[in-house]
Amino acid sequence: MLDIFRFTPSEISILALSLKVALFCVVLILVPAVVVAWVLARKSFFGKSLLDSLVHLPLVLPPVVPGFLLLLLLGNQGLIGKYLHNIFGISLAFTWMGAVVASAVMAFPLMVRSARLAISQVDKGLEIAAQSLGAHPLKVFFTITLPLSMPGIITGLILAFSRSLGEFGATITFVGNIENETRTLPLAIYSYTQIPDGDLPALRLVILSMALALGALMISDRLERKANKNIGRHHD
Amino acid sequence: MIEVQARLKRKHFELDASLQLNQRVTAIYGPSGAGKSTLLSIIAGITQPDSGRIVIDGECLFDSQARINKPIHQRKIGLVFQDGRLFPHLTVEHNLSYALNFTPVKNQQFQLKQIVALLELEALLKQRPHQLSGGEKQRVALGRALLSSPRLLMLDEPLASLDDRLKNQILPFLKLVSTEINIPMIYISHSKKEIMQITDNLIDIQHGKVNCHL
Repeated sequence: MLDIFRFTPSEISILALSLKVALFCVVLILVPAVVVAWVLARKSFFGKSLLDSLVHLPLVLPPVVPGFLLLLLLGNQGLIGKYLHNIFGISLAFTWMGAVVASAVMAFPLMVRSARLAISQVDKGLEIAAQSLGAHPLKVFFTITLPLSMPGIITGLILAFSRSLGEFGATITFVGNIENETRTLPLAIYSYTQIPDGDLPALRLVILSMALALGALMISDRLERKANKNIGRHHD
Repeated sequence: MIEVQARLKRKHFELDASLQLNQRVTAIYGPSGAGKSTLLSIIAGITQPDSGRIVIDGECLFDSQARINKPIHQRKIGLVFQDGRLFPHLTVEHNLSYALNFTPVKNQQFQLKQIVALLELEALLKQRPHQLSGGEKQRVALGRALLSSPRLLMLDEPLASLDDRLKNQILPFLKLVSTEINIPMIYISHSKKEIMQITDNLIDIQHGKVNCHL
């Protein structure tokens, strides 16, 4: 009776792969996204709106487009990919690392948007006050700007993590749908819906996805509250 | 001695300042919009003038001809703002000690203990800025600026956002700092009444024009 609550080995490996890809994805984009967010929030320069648009492009394109472009660029015969493959022996296409790259490209704009909003809301007057006390601008960033924008950065991390868990189009185009290598939760659900008698296993994975998404949102809410409290901001 | 020559032209505003200050405490007075805060932000390095020269105790901080422009964090000018600008994520104690990280111990003019005693901050040390009253915030902001061991302390309308009762609570501390502590001070205010309690050395600024040797 309780067997229906027990994960099968294949479900566990799908879940583990999905979490691995999503985790590596947020680790990969965290620093670049915060840097780009800071540049967009605080600097004005020639070509800023172009950079802004480029960063946001994956949000508005059909995901299959970035997936295909990644294949052209980073595939084993691709412009950059052939050097990675021939010189370093790294191949991204059709591997789990490629799935990380695909979901990173798709999640990057979400992370940048949250972090940018948070950074632009930090009072510049506080940064000037810190500088007047002798702090180098880089030190100001790490001691004032970054801690004060932490709630938004955490939101961005969770959004990026969830986006990565849900990534489908770019992933299947760039790295295919290979069991135990690139078949993450959404790809596995899709695969089950394509075979006879696949509805029940698909449904189990759907429920699992919903539980994961709900969990991520709840953790995000808690972390955000905590971060807000840390910077002396209170609202319910 | 503080020498300031600065010109700045904006769309609806022009500043033309020539100051030489020899008194330890000087007040700059003028109606709002006269250019008091602009002058302060030019001296502090927040705003860059179109042309001019700023020298404090023989050290040049800005010279448009010699292309010298020291960044804010190298000017060693302590600022107290109207809105306090305490760091909301740090306790009062960490706000106060923030500057100590950037000043070599041998150059530190004060210890945390001294400032805490002088400004009676002992009871507030563990609190966060949002828990403080407006007057308490300004006392902490004053202490924080002093602990950066500045060569000049500039206060920009430090009492403007306080009601009369709170003003009267903090004025004695400002008076104390202006007499007890050997740091040159520029006090900016639109209230003559307030200034009279701090100093007699008064500079008037009107429509961005000021030319004064004190």
